[in-house]
Order: sequence, then structure tokens, then C-alpha cells
Amino acid sequence: MTFIAKPRLHHPTLHTNQVGYTRRDYEGRISTLCAGCGHDSISAAIIQACWDLNIEPHRVAKLSGIGCSSKTPDYFLGASHGFNTVHGRMPSVLTGANLANRELLYLGVSGDGDSASIGLGQFANAMRRGVRMAYIVENNGVYGLTKGQFSATADRGSKSKKGVVNSESPVDLVGIALQLGATYVARSFSGDKAQLVPLIKGAMEHGGAAFIDVISPCVTFNNHSGSTKSYDYVRQHNEAVSRIDFMEPGQEITTDYPPGALVEVEQHDGSLLRLRKLHTDYDPTDRYAAMSYMQTHAALGEILTGLLYIDPLATDLHTALNTTAQPLNTLNAAQLNPGQKALDKINAALR
Amino acid sequence: MKRIEAINDFVIKFANVNGSGSASANELFAKAVMRMGVPVSPRNIFPSNIQGMPTWYEARVCEKGYHGRRGGVDMMVAMNPQTWDADVAEVETGGYLFYDSTRPLPASKFRDDVHTIGVPLTDIANAAYSEPRQRQLFKNIIYVGALSVLLDVEAQVFETLFAEQYKGKERLLESNVQALHLGRNYVKEHLQAPLGIRVQRADNVGDQIFTDGNSAAGLGLVYGGATVAAWYPITPSTSVPEAFQKYCSKFRVDPATGQHKFAIVQAEDELASIGMVVGAGWNGARAFTATSGPGVSLMTEFIGLAYFAEIPVTIINVQRGGPSTGMPTRTQQSDLLSCAYASHGDTKHVLLFPQDPHECFTHSAAALDLAERLQTPIFVMSDLDIGMNQRLCKPFVWDDAQAYDRGKIMTAEELEAGKPFGRYRDVDGDGIPWRTLPGTHPSKGAFFTRGTSRNPQAMYSEAGPDYIYNMERLLRKFITAATLVPQPVFRPAQQPTRLGVIYYGSTSPAMREALDVLERNGVYVDAMRLCAFPFPDSVSEFIAAHDKVFVAEQNRDGQMRTLLINELEINPAKLVRVLHYDGTPITARFIIRTIHDSVAKELV
Repeated sequence: MTFIAKPRLHHPTLHTNQVGYTRRDYEGRISTLCAGCGHDSISAAIIQACWDLNIEPHRVAKLSGIGCSSKTPDYFLGASHGFNTVHGRMPSVLTGANLANRELLYLGVSGDGDSASIGLGQFANAMRRGVRMAYIVENNGVYGLTKGQFSATADRGSKSKKGVVNSESPVDLVGIALQLGATYVARSFSGDKAQLVPLIKGAMEHGGAAFIDVISPCVTFNNHSGSTKSYDYVRQHNEAVSRIDFMEPGQEITTDYPPGALVEVEQHDGSLLRLRKLHTDYDPTDRYAAMSYMQTHAALGEILTGLLYIDPLATDLHTALNTTAQPLNTLNAAQLNPGQKALDKINAALR
Repeated sequence: MKRIEAINDFVIKFANVNGSGSASANELFAKAVMRMGVPVSPRNIFPSNIQGMPTWYEARVCEKGYHGRRGGVDMMVAMNPQTWDADVAEVETGGYLFYDSTRPLPASKFRDDVHTIGVPLTDIANAAYSEPRQRQLFKNIIYVGALSVLLDVEAQVFETLFAEQYKGKERLLESNVQALHLGRNYVKEHLQAPLGIRVQRADNVGDQIFTDGNSAAGLGLVYGGATVAAWYPITPSTSVPEAFQKYCSKFRVDPATGQHKFAIVQAEDELASIGMVVGAGWNGARAFTATSGPGVSLMTEFIGLAYFAEIPVTIINVQRGGPSTGMPTRTQQSDLLSCAYASHGDTKHVLLFPQDPHECFTHSAAALDLAERLQTPIFVMSDLDIGMNQRLCKPFVWDDAQAYDRGKIMTAEELEAGKPFGRYRDVDGDGIPWRTLPGTHPSKGAFFTRGTSRNPQAMYSEAGPDYIYNMERLLRKFITAATLVPQPVFRPAQQPTRLGVIYYGSTSPAMREALDVLERNGVYVDAMRLCAFPFPDSVSEFIAAHDKVFVAEQNRDGQMRTLLINELEINPAKLVRVLHYDGTPITARFIIRTIHDSVAKELV
């Protein structure tokens, strides 16, 4: 954490991407989170992903709830509109925003307190509704802003900083997302940028509800020996199902890996997710196998990371509602109002 | 025995069993009266249950066009044995009791001071139809037929209504006409008709339409340009989004592509439905939700956010009996304070008070304009009485030249041209800041929306001066709102008076009649119908101009009175409560009696 304001100007020779932005243009305000917070690493991964994808920052709408994680949208994409909503209810606000203008990219950032407790219902329903968005949960298993209470994702038996043992079962957001129909489900670790950045890129380009659960240790309240969300614990128990590369549409596809060890998943827009399998029997397009595989590994005490499931043909809520291609927020009275002539007929039928 | 004699001026009440198919028969009767050129105002009175429970349909026939409940019943159509005793007891002396005489009822269950008319409806239906469901449904049409002779409503009017309803369905048309005449023929052959109360052709309906407030609100939201609707089912508001859906399907589907120029989501709860509306409003779509009191309770956190973050939101609140679950299928005006000050902290919200279906249409459309102009939540405060009952009202009108008021939205061109932007700056002195929509400009105009305090540039700030600037500006905006909302309607008495009455919403039709009657009895009262909150100066002036002002409303605590005292700093002693809150719509008789008693006390 630093209190030194970032200079607005940057060196003219900084490298720009295809849409003319430097990486600095994807940054936001200085983070006020604790030094070493996993959430800052996730912000950095989002910045990297958006820069790599050549997304114009103002075409992203970033929404969050309340909590440490939900503060982070202020720290990236400074030229984007952001919305800190209310605790746990970001999914509904994002859904409404998405309905109003389908042309923007929607990035929802939430935390485990936000999404697994008060907002569990909204999280679940946004997944089943298929709202097109990248929904990232920054999961540290603890309430940071209120100084260290367990959240609903804390594992049974894990210890708080004050030594209290958690007696309740954890909510597994990945399991819920898989069960309720999310079409892109991943888990990652804030300390594994190489895995996280392509996962975010895939989520941003995905045609439906994309969910990434990112284990993000809280350095202040949940990075001790009894925690199962600490850096050390996650590094020791991480089991990756895939190493991922993301290919933009039109870009030449190259690979360093031998054929047979790769699976390429084409997204709705033609972009490719290239997965290097660590487990040759892992198929990321089989929802039910993903659920079973994840639970099996969870029982072994392993945290499965990588792209767990993708439906490459996913569609979204707008498709389900058959809404017009023109954003609803741009329709005018001439397009929306049936006029007096139609009213005359209605009046006549009511006499 | 005394016999109530009245042409085109009586109250008939149907006591039925929920789920028996009586609703359409009763509505048919009301429409037939209307087609005779005689104003009619029916009301459904039903319990919070699906099937098998009692339900009533009270229709007031009134040539003078009073649409409020009068009070009292001149004729009871007693079709529900379960409620027989209470139904019989309700008939006015000299009134009429119509019943199914197939099975004899004990003599003790009748009254000597009312005229009893028995028609063996079940026998007639059983003789004509073999299927149980047919027997049940056509029994309803048979009693309508019998009543048509007793009350002198022309058979041709019903036949025309059937022809319209069953166009292209000849078998249904024929069987309904047959049932109607089964009832008519029995009365002609066995009973004396018409009764002392009856319908006589008139020309007092004019070009009025016959519709309910919720359908009208749904239509108004279509005309007002709502494109996003998010809602959660709750009585008595559910038919608002259903009407919106129906009219959107008719008017908002692109004929070439089949694509929809609207999005409707049935949310998982009220919290999500208002959340979606907030998100859509933030992103520049005209969005609404419809709910009732318990829903408003759940939505208040988001309503506070929308107020403080200044996001357009339209909420159609069809009020019912509270508190808590209260009386879900009964009417009240008891959400006034919970909506005016919804959420914690210092909040004030704009409320609109429609008085009938016509105003449900106009106010719902206007709410969308006001929400964007003021960048704030707007409540349309309907209630069950207006929302779920059909009423005669002025026809719907729309000015095709009217464009939507999108409010202060700064465009990319304006930003590019160097127009200064500060999200929460009061540049125009009206308290309303400019906003930009997400995605407007690559480098200018983006801001962070939040429920926490901020400075005029939308940057997080807990500095006292920033907070006070913001809160004072929100107050200025509320003062501006008072100039934009529908203005009060003043009705002077026929003679100068020191008495005034204030009323609003669904109390209006009963008040119109009460004022006429009071005037005929020499009690002169100036009247002001409030159409919105905040109150313009004319309300203070009206109260100041009178020694005593009655405030008539349908809740226990006099919530409008409280709002007037609180907002206008009125001496409470000056405002006299006229409160009706048993869940049934207020009656003219109640208003007359309460005002009469109050005036009489003064004279003593």
C-alpha cells in the first residue's frame, strides 16, 4: 500500500497495444488495501488481461458489492465507469446494466463475504440466468474490513487469527456455479498470475456467465498457520488441471507443446483457449465430470485450479430474452411508443 | 313491506365461492350495465386464498357517475352458503335477497324486512347440462340472465357482449346465450319483474373507458418508454408487469426480426428486482419494478442507494393492508411514510398519487420522465382499490409529438468540446447534476458510483463540507421536484368557507360524492386533491387559508397528515383526521358522517 499518488503523465515511448493504449491506461487509483494483499495481484491480472485483449477501457463497466474485494474496481481501468453497489447485490445491478446496454463488457468483482453469504442468492441466480459477464470472486475466507471474522467459504476446522476454529461447512462457489449452469467456471490463485491472466481473458471474451473463484490470501487476517486460505497452504495444496493460453481471433495459433497434450477450445467470438493438460483424462467441456473431479480432489485436501468447465457455444440472457441488437438504452420514443392511433384502438376495446 | 325503489342508483353485491367461475359472470353483468349507458363501479373483495374461500363482487350502479363505494347493499346475490348469515345481514332494509332455491334453506336464515327472490339455479343448470364443470359455470350465467330480467337489463346487450367475447368460437357463443335465456325465461315465467331497483337506458357513460389501474399502469410504462422491467410476484401488483408484458408483446416486437425492444426479468426476490432496475437506470435505460408494501420494505436499502447515488428508478407501489403481511388482498394507503422516507439516513422520495386508472396510465409514464429528469427514485402510489378493480375513467391520450425527457445526460460530443463535467456538481442551481452513461467517451466523463459520501467530482470523501454540499444539493433537487410533479387540484366550495379537506389517490371518487352531499346539506368545504409529494407552495397556502382542514385517507395513523405536519410545519391542531382503514375502500357515507360529526361538535 502506498499513499503516493500515481502521476497521470507517462513516458511517450511506453509500448501501446493495438487500440493505442499503454498498460498504464488500464490502471486505476492507488490501492488502499494492505501491502501484499492478494486482491492487488488480481487487479494487476485484470489490467494485464484487458491490455492484452486490446479492450478499450471505457467499454468496460466494472461493478462490485461491498468489502475489500469490492473496493478494487477503483484500482484498475480508471477510464471505465464503476459502481460500488450494496453488500452482496452486485449481480442484480450488473444484470440490469447489462440489459440496458449489451454492447459493453461487464466485469463483476466480489468477495467471499459478498457472494457466499449475503449475496449467495444473487450469485446463484445470476449464474443460472446466464448474464454475460466475467464474475471474479476474490476469495480469502475472511471478513477483512471488520477485522477477521470467518466468511462462508472458510473451511471447517480452519483457524482464525485469534485461534477460533471454524465449525461450519464451507460454501463452494465453484460447485454452485457448475450446478446452476454457469458456462465458464474456473478457479485460480492470486499468486499464480501465469494461470490467472489467461483465465480472465477467457472470461472476458466468453459469451455467457463466466465465473472465476480466485483464492486470494488476506495477509492481515488470514495468512497464518491454521488458515486454509494462506499463501503457503494454497501453494502446497494447489492441483492445476490445466495451464492456459488465450488466443485472440485472427491471431496465428502457435504451440510449443506436443500434439496430444493440448486441447484448444474455441469461444463464441472465435478466440481460442489453449489448455495444456496436467491430467490427460480431464475434459473441460464435461460439466458433470468437472463436478465429480472437483469434489474428489477436494476430499483429498487439494485445491483444484484452472479452467474447470467451459461451454464453447454458450449464449446469454439477451439471447434468451430475444432482445434487439440495438442497446435498449438508445431506443427513443419513435421506436418505443405505439402512439395515439394504437391508444384509440385500446380505448375502443375498453368500452 | 318497504321496498327500495331506485332507478340507476343502487348497490348489488355478489357473494360467491373462489374458483367457481363467477368472476367473469359478474364482470359481464357490470359491463352490460355500462353498455346501457349507466355508470357502474365494481369492486372485487376477496380473501388471500386461491380456491374454495368466499369472494365478493360489489357493483355500484350510479347514473350520476360516482365511482366511490357508497356503503350499504341494496341487493345481495347470495351464492355462498358459507357466508349466508353475514351476507343476508348486510342487505339494507327494504332491499333484495337473491338466492339459489334448489334446496330449501331454514326459514330462520331469512329476514322479514328484505324481499327474497329464489331461483332454482342448480336444478335449471343440472337439467340443461350433464358435465359438472359446465353445470357450475353456466349456473353463473343463468343467474346473470335471471338478474337481467329482475333489473331490466336488455338481453340484446348481453348477446352483443357474448358475440364480442366469443368471436370465432360459435359453440361457446351459443351455449352462453342459451344459459342466459334459461335464467331469463325462468324469471319471466315465475316471478314478478322488474324490481324496485332497476336499470334504465341512459347516456351517462360517454367516451369513458372501463379498465383497471394495473393494466393502465402497464400500458403507461410502455408509452413512457420503459425498456427494462424486473419484478417479483406480489399481490396486488403482479398484474402491472403482466400488463407491461402483454402490451410489449403487442407493440414492441420488431416485425422483421422478431426481436424485442424490451427486457423483462422475473427476479428471485424484491432485492434483485430493484437491483436490476438500479443497474439499468445507471446505464441509461428506463426501468421499473412493481411491488407492494412488503416488497418496498425489502427494497429500501437499494432505494437509499439510488437516492444518494442519484440513479433514475421507477417503482409502482400498489398498496395493500399492512403492516407486515397485513391483509394482502385488501386495500389501504398505508405505505406513504415508508415510501416518502424509505431507507436510512436523511432521505426524501418523490411520490405520485393516481386517483383512477387514467392517472395510473399518465403517472406511470410521467414517472419515467421524472426519474430521469431528477435522477432519483419515483414512486407511483397506487393501491389495490384502483389497481385491481375496473373503473370508468377518461380515455387514454398521448401526444405523439412528445419526446422523452432524458434529463441531464452529457454526451461524448459535449465532453469532447470541453464542457466541464463533475458528476455531483450543481452547475444549474436546481440541485440536479449532470451524469454520463458508461461507455460514453474514451478518456472523459467516467466516474465511480458509490453509496458512500463523495466530493462533487465523485471521489470518495468523508470531509464534512463535501458531505454537507451534497446533502444540501439533494434538498435543492427536492425543491425543484415540487415544481415538476403533477400539481394539486383545487375544488372550491359553492360558498366561502373556513373548512377545507385534503385527500389523494383512491379516496378521490368517494370524496367527490361526499362533497356534493355535504354541500346539499349546507356544509361547505373547499377541497384540495394532492397529486404528488413533495408539496408545492399551494398546499401550505390552502391550509393557511382555512381554520380547519380535514385530511382524509385510508390508514390508521393519518400518514398524509403526518407528512404535511412534518414537511410544511403545520400546527397539528389544524389538521383533522378522517381515517378509514378496515381494508375496504373508503365510502362517501363514512366521509360525510365523519365531517358532519366534527362540524356538529363545533356547533355544540
